[in-house]
Amino acid sequence: MREERTPFIRLAKRGSMDPRKIWLIRVSSIVIALILGFIPILLTGNNPIAAYGVIIDGSLSRPVYIRQTVKIAVPLLGCALAIAPCFKMRFWNIGGEGQITMGAVAATFFALNFAGTVPHVLLLIIMFLAAAIAGGIWAFIPAFFKAKWNTNETLFTLMMNYIAIGIVAWLQGGPWEGRKGSQLIPMFDDAARLPNVLGVHCGWILVLVLVVLMYFYMNKTKQGYEIAVIGDSANTARYAGMNVGWIIMRTMFISGAICGIVGFMTVSGANYTLYSGVANGVGFTSITVAWLSQLNSFAMIFISMMLAVLEKGANTLQTRMSVPASISDIITGILLFAMLSCEFFINYRMILRGKTKKEVEK
Amino acid sequence: MSMIISLIVAAVTFGTVLMFGTLGEILTEKSGNLNLGVEGIMYMGGAFGLAGAFYYEKAAGAAASGPVAIILAILCAFAAGALASAIYSFLTISLRTNQNVTGLALSIFGTGVGQFVGEFMRLSEGGYVALGNNLKDAFSARIWPDALVNIPVVGNILFSHTVFFYLAVVLAVAMHFFLGRTRWGLYLRAVGESPSTADAAGISITRYKYLATIAGGGISAIGGMVYIMTTAGCVWNHEGLSGVGWLAVALVIFCMWRPLNAIWGSVIFGAMMIMYLRVSIPFIPTEIYKILPYVVTVIVLIITSMRNSRDKQPPASLGLNYFREER
Repeated sequence: MREERTPFIRLAKRGSMDPRKIWLIRVSSIVIALILGFIPILLTGNNPIAAYGVIIDGSLSRPVYIRQTVKIAVPLLGCALAIAPCFKMRFWNIGGEGQITMGAVAATFFALNFAGTVPHVLLLIIMFLAAAIAGGIWAFIPAFFKAKWNTNETLFTLMMNYIAIGIVAWLQGGPWEGRKGSQLIPMFDDAARLPNVLGVHCGWILVLVLVVLMYFYMNKTKQGYEIAVIGDSANTARYAGMNVGWIIMRTMFISGAICGIVGFMTVSGANYTLYSGVANGVGFTSITVAWLSQLNSFAMIFISMMLAVLEKGANTLQTRMSVPASISDIITGILLFAMLSCEFFINYRMILRGKTKKEVEK
Repeated sequence: MSMIISLIVAAVTFGTVLMFGTLGEILTEKSGNLNLGVEGIMYMGGAFGLAGAFYYEKAAGAAASGPVAIILAILCAFAAGALASAIYSFLTISLRTNQNVTGLALSIFGTGVGQFVGEFMRLSEGGYVALGNNLKDAFSARIWPDALVNIPVVGNILFSHTVFFYLAVVLAVAMHFFLGRTRWGLYLRAVGESPSTADAAGISITRYKYLATIAGGGISAIGGMVYIMTTAGCVWNHEGLSGVGWLAVALVIFCMWRPLNAIWGSVIFGAMMIMYLRVSIPFIPTEIYKILPYVVTVIVLIITSMRNSRDKQPPASLGLNYFREER
């Protein structure tokens, strides 16, 4: 090969890599992202180190703050768990937002209508089940069309989000409106509220149980295996006799059901009411949580906590240093970019022009 | 009658915002990149477009001229959007990250940056950022002579819009010719439909994907700027802008990835989004109007996948990265 025909940088896939080195790359990508986060803070005329100090201080320094941070992390983690099996299957469910919202709607229906008549625990169980079913159905619709006619699921699930949010906006100003003209749904009765454990609604226990369950589902069950095979090659799955369409629909129902449960926890544990912003972007952010964790349930705990710390801390930053709270979105974005791209350096090796064959083979 | 005309005019005003967003995304998606960051890109376009015009006015004082401010705002918005898409392109094309996840990350990042810039200007200028009346009028001025605007019915519908609407229409027609009639346009479509075939034919996949995505992002960003400078009245208004980017993504499907369809498609979507302010149909709650665009898009999506006709499909490689060695 003539020298000038060789590209300046060539890529080669790495076979395997020392796990310590992999973690070094990942950690350094986080550090680089945090350093890049200095730029917007410097623009506001503040000391970046001090600002990060405030973020940590405002999110983790006192039990009250930690509780609030955990409260942010719980839906993120729950929804990331829901999305993991879909992504494993290469089904791009970006409709978490809508599935959360529909789950919340179903839970709210029972909270508003049966609060006085049904005992506390039973009511919560009914709300839980209703939310799971509603979220599941909302996710099942795009899955059905995907399985039947191969309709593009990314765009379909995306549209379903805004339909769900619109439905809540309608309920808010219409049939479920509390005081006329308030555009608000009344606060839940105490009987429809989740009890607190250690100061945070007990959803956090539920989510941690889900972490373990999802780990087993994905790694130790037949269904989890089927999902993995479809993700690698739908044709292989077909040859092996799997009913791909059915598995897609089943997995999406499970995914939507978990999102619905997250919606239930949000209305019943955190907000005590329903409004159109109930999902608050969780459905989108959790996708990045799931992906960055490489769909590993336990890693999701760490990633979702990290993003929650940023979000909670940025609110403190706004009050103390008058840095706009949107700084958390910027730093989160930079973190995501850095962590997404670091996988490239783990999977590929760059070969510069002019290296001898011997070096390349090394 | 006059109500229908005013509805159409208002629909065109909001539709112009969508048209830029959609045209940009069509160009991006034609290269096979599904950039879900449009929401963030339009935020950035809005914030930086406003910043460009605002600081220009501050520097030039009373001598500030409307056309210069408009051009500056367009350039700033385009640059911001192009920069944001450049990040997306670098990650998905060169570093091979997943397109959906990267797009969503860009959405988070872009809305953050847009909000930050908007808030930052507000704080540093002491609470309120707005253009002077001169420039404000320049942005929402009609460009045709009164004689044309005053023609009954047709005058208002065709000639009463801002310069941005006509720019968007020209852009749509230009894109139509570019994609259908020029060599580069055909190459670009080949890249989006079947990258491996295009690669074998000697087309540089990387170059086409980069250029289309970056230019597309810049065009989408202009939409955000147009929203801030016309509908929002030259003040930073993040609430109004939220969701517009996703609507543009929906509109791309509704238009079947064709630039000419974007002209009427965006006006229809614009009408659906503002109809609740102007027309009240009994028994249909106003909030339900607002989900119409999404419902219609879903129906279009389902029907196209069911009919499976060859010319009405998304670009075949949409959302998939191209790795030459993994053929």
